[in-house]
Amino acid sequence: MRLEDYNPLDNIQYRILDQNGIILKEEDLPDLTDDELIYLYKTMVFSRIIDEKALSYQRQGRMLTYAPNVGQEAAQVGSAYAMKENDWLVPAFRELGAWLIKGVPLRNIYLYWYGNEWGSYMPEGVRVLPVSIPIASQLQHATGIGMANNIKGEKDVAVAYVGDGGTSEGDFHEALNFAAVFKAPVVFVVQNNQYAISTRGSLQTASKNYALKAIAYGMPGILVDGNDIFAMYKATEEAIDRARRGEGPTLIEAYTYRLGAHTTSDDPTKYRENEEVEQWKDKDPILRLKLYLTNKGLISDELEEKMKSELEQEVVSTFESIENKSDTEIEDIFKYHYEVMPPQLEEQLNEYKSFLEGGK
Amino acid sequence: MTNTLNIVQAINQALMNEMELDNTVVVYGEDVGVEGGVFRATVDLQKKFGVKRVFDSPLAESAIVGTAVGMAINGLKPVVEMQFSGFSYPGFNQIISHVARMRNRSRGKYTLPMVIRSPYGGGIRALEHHSESTEAIFAQIPGLKVVIPSTPYDAKGLLIAAMRDPDPVLFWEPKRIYRAFKQEIPEGAYEIPIGKAKIIEEGTDITIVTWGAMVKDVQKAAEMVKVKGIKPEIIDLRTIAPMDRDSFVESVKKTGRILVVHEAPKTLGVGAEIISIVNEKAFLYLEAPPTRLTGFDTTFPLPRGERHYIPSPERIAKTIEDVVRY
Repeated sequence: MRLEDYNPLDNIQYRILDQNGIILKEEDLPDLTDDELIYLYKTMVFSRIIDEKALSYQRQGRMLTYAPNVGQEAAQVGSAYAMKENDWLVPAFRELGAWLIKGVPLRNIYLYWYGNEWGSYMPEGVRVLPVSIPIASQLQHATGIGMANNIKGEKDVAVAYVGDGGTSEGDFHEALNFAAVFKAPVVFVVQNNQYAISTRGSLQTASKNYALKAIAYGMPGILVDGNDIFAMYKATEEAIDRARRGEGPTLIEAYTYRLGAHTTSDDPTKYRENEEVEQWKDKDPILRLKLYLTNKGLISDELEEKMKSELEQEVVSTFESIENKSDTEIEDIFKYHYEVMPPQLEEQLNEYKSFLEGGK
Repeated sequence: MTNTLNIVQAINQALMNEMELDNTVVVYGEDVGVEGGVFRATVDLQKKFGVKRVFDSPLAESAIVGTAVGMAINGLKPVVEMQFSGFSYPGFNQIISHVARMRNRSRGKYTLPMVIRSPYGGGIRALEHHSESTEAIFAQIPGLKVVIPSTPYDAKGLLIAAMRDPDPVLFWEPKRIYRAFKQEIPEGAYEIPIGKAKIIEEGTDITIVTWGAMVKDVQKAAEMVKVKGIKPEIIDLRTIAPMDRDSFVESVKKTGRILVVHEAPKTLGVGAEIISIVNEKAFLYLEAPPTRLTGFDTTFPLPRGERHYIPSPERIAKTIEDVVRY
């Protein structure tokens, strides 16, 4: 594949692996070792178990609002795996697979969704920005990171994620325009999961697809089958290489499907038909890779069961460890707004502490 | 070595000095490069430091602020310009949602040593959206610092302090007095601490708290009441957030009276906050109701109406007398 030759106006999805696990473009198949393939598969399965467990905890009243990723594992894992350690991941809020690949501990992810800011505190060396709830605003941070790399003469790339709904925000336009004008090394990944909460694509844009928006900014755009991990990896890798060579940003649309709800707070049966969901289940990204790996003799039911049960144990023990963690300390709420706490804030903290201690 | 500069020149020199000392400082925004800014605050910076460190950006306030967030996370110190205070509104989401919160959200992992500069306030016969005073809007947001100088000396020292501050600073420049007067100031870099007010005139009868362009008008008003035997103490707040409360609380304990003068609308303005603090901390010292003289709760008028809006020295003088003779 060459991004320069691809025309998003043709509206053809770039695909390497079909839904039966068959390779369609042998020449584009990424050069990945068996160990890497198993690692990618394992990460997708891990992502799904984390989601399923979180949903079940939520229904048991043990987890707060949660945004599941089921169905989007290939779009996330495939794109993130193309990043190097020093590249920056700039997520929206539904990037579980990408977080795992970039080394964000599951503990952080569960802590965040469990209502504790320490979830956003990234370990040393993990170049991942915190979740951004205001839609599309994070794309500008990725552009700024890229612009700074250009100024400093560093070669790291920022990979930023946004949903299909986010492409309607002004910040999407501004971030892409800035990135293109300043040739910032950024890859924008639109996870087109077909719905922005309940709003479908036809009410989001009059464009044929989201990738073609790249044309207006003067950057390459590519529409990728987002449930094909190889196509996602390959397209992102090429976009990252391009950015690292100083050729500027790329827009990738990952055409995928959110099999679950937007978050645990909405009811997708209200805005979409079950038949539609069933059709997409046949295109499940995990199933697709499993078929391929089974054909290659890399995975068996037995192996998979063992893998799943180990991962599930890890998920359960991680959740239970954060569930038992006590609530945020009082000081912790005040501490991080400024490097030095202003007197007003210190006074409020002390007054509240003294109230709790029963003093005056 | 000293030189004699007005406020806009002092700001330019602050940027020059700091960019020489710290090569992580970058300056960008609409028209700041080739033209040197519509008020010439960034003039010659691009010539001196090149297009990598000083550059014009596409016209997009949200992206100017938003990319600065990314730059600051990635090791630079961006100093960006909102061309006019009313143009900060398209950047509002980035300022409130990210600039103010990134340190807290990431538990101190990602800090934003950045400065957003903007000419602010009215009185220059400008178009709509060019004249408003927005300090109260931003001063209520946790995580932001809001600084407003009133003299060339302060403008330079405060801006250098803002560039060296580990936290994001909104640096609002009173454009009405950009070129109103000159002052002798040191040529080299120096800092004036953020968060400290200054008593610019000592007095015994009333404390007047003000900032920015209103300082000069308050000083004129003070001259008018002095001939009537009233000695006002004038405090230039300099930093709106975090506020130097001790400065006016201690002063009120001495004078027994307080008048806050600001250009921004009255309701829920900074004056209301100052008076609340005085009520909490110096109530028993008061000899007259704490009073505000401010702009109206209206949209800032177009040039034909603006002389009615900004409190004039005459109105300030009248209000001082009313409070003192209460």
